[in-house]
Amino acid sequence: MVTTKVLMGNHAVSWGVMRARVQMISAYPITPQTQIVEELSEICASGRLDAKFIKVESEHSAMASVIGASAAGVRAFTATSAQGLALMHELLHWAGLGRLPVVLVDVNRAMAPGWSIWSDQTDALSQRDTGLMQWYCETNQEVLDGVILGYKVAERVRLPLMLVLDAFLLSHTYEPVEVPDEESVDAFLPPYRSEYKLDLAKPAAFGPLTSPEHYMELRYRQQLAFEEAVDVIIEEGKRFREAFGRDYGLIECYRCEGAEVAVLCAGSMTATARETVDQMREEGKPVGLIKLRVFRPFPTAILRAALVPLKKVAVLDRNISAGAEGIFAQEVKAAMCNVPSAPEIHPYILGLGGRDITPNTIRTALETTLESKTRNDIPIWLELKE
Amino acid sequence: MTETAVDLRAPELCGPGHLACQGCGATLAMRYALKALGERTIIALPACCWSVIAGPFPYCNLGVPVYHCAFETAAATASGIRAGLDMQGIEDVTVMAWAGDGGTFDIGLQALSAAAERNENILFVCYDNEAYMNTGIQRSSATPFSAWTTTTPESSPKADRKKDIDRIMAAHSIPYCATASVGYPEDLMRKFLKAKGIVGMRFIHVLAPCPAGWKMASDMTVEIARMAVESNVFPLYEVEDGVRYHITYHPKRPISVEQYLKVQGRFKHLTPEMVAQFTAEVHERWDRLQRDCASS
Repeated sequence: MVTTKVLMGNHAVSWGVMRARVQMISAYPITPQTQIVEELSEICASGRLDAKFIKVESEHSAMASVIGASAAGVRAFTATSAQGLALMHELLHWAGLGRLPVVLVDVNRAMAPGWSIWSDQTDALSQRDTGLMQWYCETNQEVLDGVILGYKVAERVRLPLMLVLDAFLLSHTYEPVEVPDEESVDAFLPPYRSEYKLDLAKPAAFGPLTSPEHYMELRYRQQLAFEEAVDVIIEEGKRFREAFGRDYGLIECYRCEGAEVAVLCAGSMTATARETVDQMREEGKPVGLIKLRVFRPFPTAILRAALVPLKKVAVLDRNISAGAEGIFAQEVKAAMCNVPSAPEIHPYILGLGGRDITPNTIRTALETTLESKTRNDIPIWLELKE
Repeated sequence: MTETAVDLRAPELCGPGHLACQGCGATLAMRYALKALGERTIIALPACCWSVIAGPFPYCNLGVPVYHCAFETAAATASGIRAGLDMQGIEDVTVMAWAGDGGTFDIGLQALSAAAERNENILFVCYDNEAYMNTGIQRSSATPFSAWTTTTPESSPKADRKKDIDRIMAAHSIPYCATASVGYPEDLMRKFLKAKGIVGMRFIHVLAPCPAGWKMASDMTVEIARMAVESNVFPLYEVEDGVRYHITYHPKRPISVEQYLKVQGRFKHLTPEMVAQFTAEVHERWDRLQRDCASS
């Protein structure tokens, strides 16, 4: 049975956490994540979720305690934003290389200074190399589903997951969300069981001093797990569709058939891009959309297959690797560099620090790319003030 | 509080084959602690000498599960482990955070204070060797006034006094705080047994001399650990609920602070003025402890 509720993105997170029967939550408040913590506190206090909620003094301790609980063998959760995520950075490596299937929700927000509480994906992308899967959400439905599907995948491949939703654009925006009932989620996501945990019957040391003789193999196995995750995400995505009617792959190609130029983006701006592509198609323009839902594991082979038929791809980055360019553009270029018939990659920077991304912004990127006579390698900053 | 008999012949859970230096006080501390706590113990182990002592992958000299964690997270990680066990209905296990003085007095203090404020049902142990010994003897806030370390050279020894971690922890009004010394194994084990039987946050501060860092012979560890107590430099006491102070060992024939200082190379540069200042601080702390015991 499904109930449709009108939920803000943050509450879609808490409903997902409740349905996933998370057993341990630890978090520290930070705007715009706070409503997740507030609602989960209430959910735990009222007994609607049988979980221990540790209210810690920092995001660093939030992730540390989540790691401890996961290592002890329970399903654990935390959420944060921007500076809080940066404070967690060290622990993200511990969770990643410790191979602990925790789910972290990042309500992404621009990094200070200057202080900004608005959306920007640089915070999440700065954690690119910590060993967490990264999934970007377009809608509040995807947020709720992402928590449930996220634990399923994370626990199978023993990798932590960062589920990313954009500040205010999803976190504080109300949308109708289908909330599946407890029984159907229980059937899809059974209780967490780990072969590797702190077990008094089998005392072992986790994460000890590791010599050069062994360390590389830890990394290699982590890499294999990410490779395995590509298939597991597809497989569990299909199961999710069978159970709940919605399918989630690593990327989504929208109106790409016959398209010459596609816009490639992640997060809430995908919804705006979808509208823009529809409008431009009506005008007879050969445009499409590629939504990057899963950034880690990076879907190299899938992306190559999707991009090869195109002439040009406009990559939209709501983030910047200072001194280089947008991070999605870098990654897409890297994935395509050895592909002989690769399309031109046209990078754009837009919407930093929560600046509005309207259909016109996306249209500018698409039209500029369509009309461009040369390979445009340097990112164009859209709607930058003089 | 129930007194439980101490059994020095209890099974060894701290086995041979570890990587400690000769005469390591921290190794004695772990050995006695685990004898008292028994095998239903899980350890959260942050960066410290013990992350090396326990042995490299795939070895471990401890007979209980160990989770190596980030330097500043012993208390938070232990809180998480406790929550994980509680959610599985496992309540008869002691979750012990085992940190050095750096991971307790310095980088670990924020998480430790927060865990104490939440009255987490964990036992936090600081084995105190009074400097960052694992990285090669750099000063910590547990380093005593005037001591030499590699970052407080003899020409400019530590100018500040040792942070009074025990009073800081007692000020959180947690159920149990204690000091202990590897020179008095029965007193130490009695405190661990007592802590094991208490629900809530417990803190035990164990003085664990380090021959390399204190510049002393490796067969002097126990003797110097005793001298620290006999000179009142490191009194053995406990504090219940932050208010009930109780000295657990009264030196019968106290020795002078100077005697304690002069057997260690790290104090060999001390001027008479420094010795006097060190001694005055010890007397001040001892007098205050006596007053707190009398009024509780």
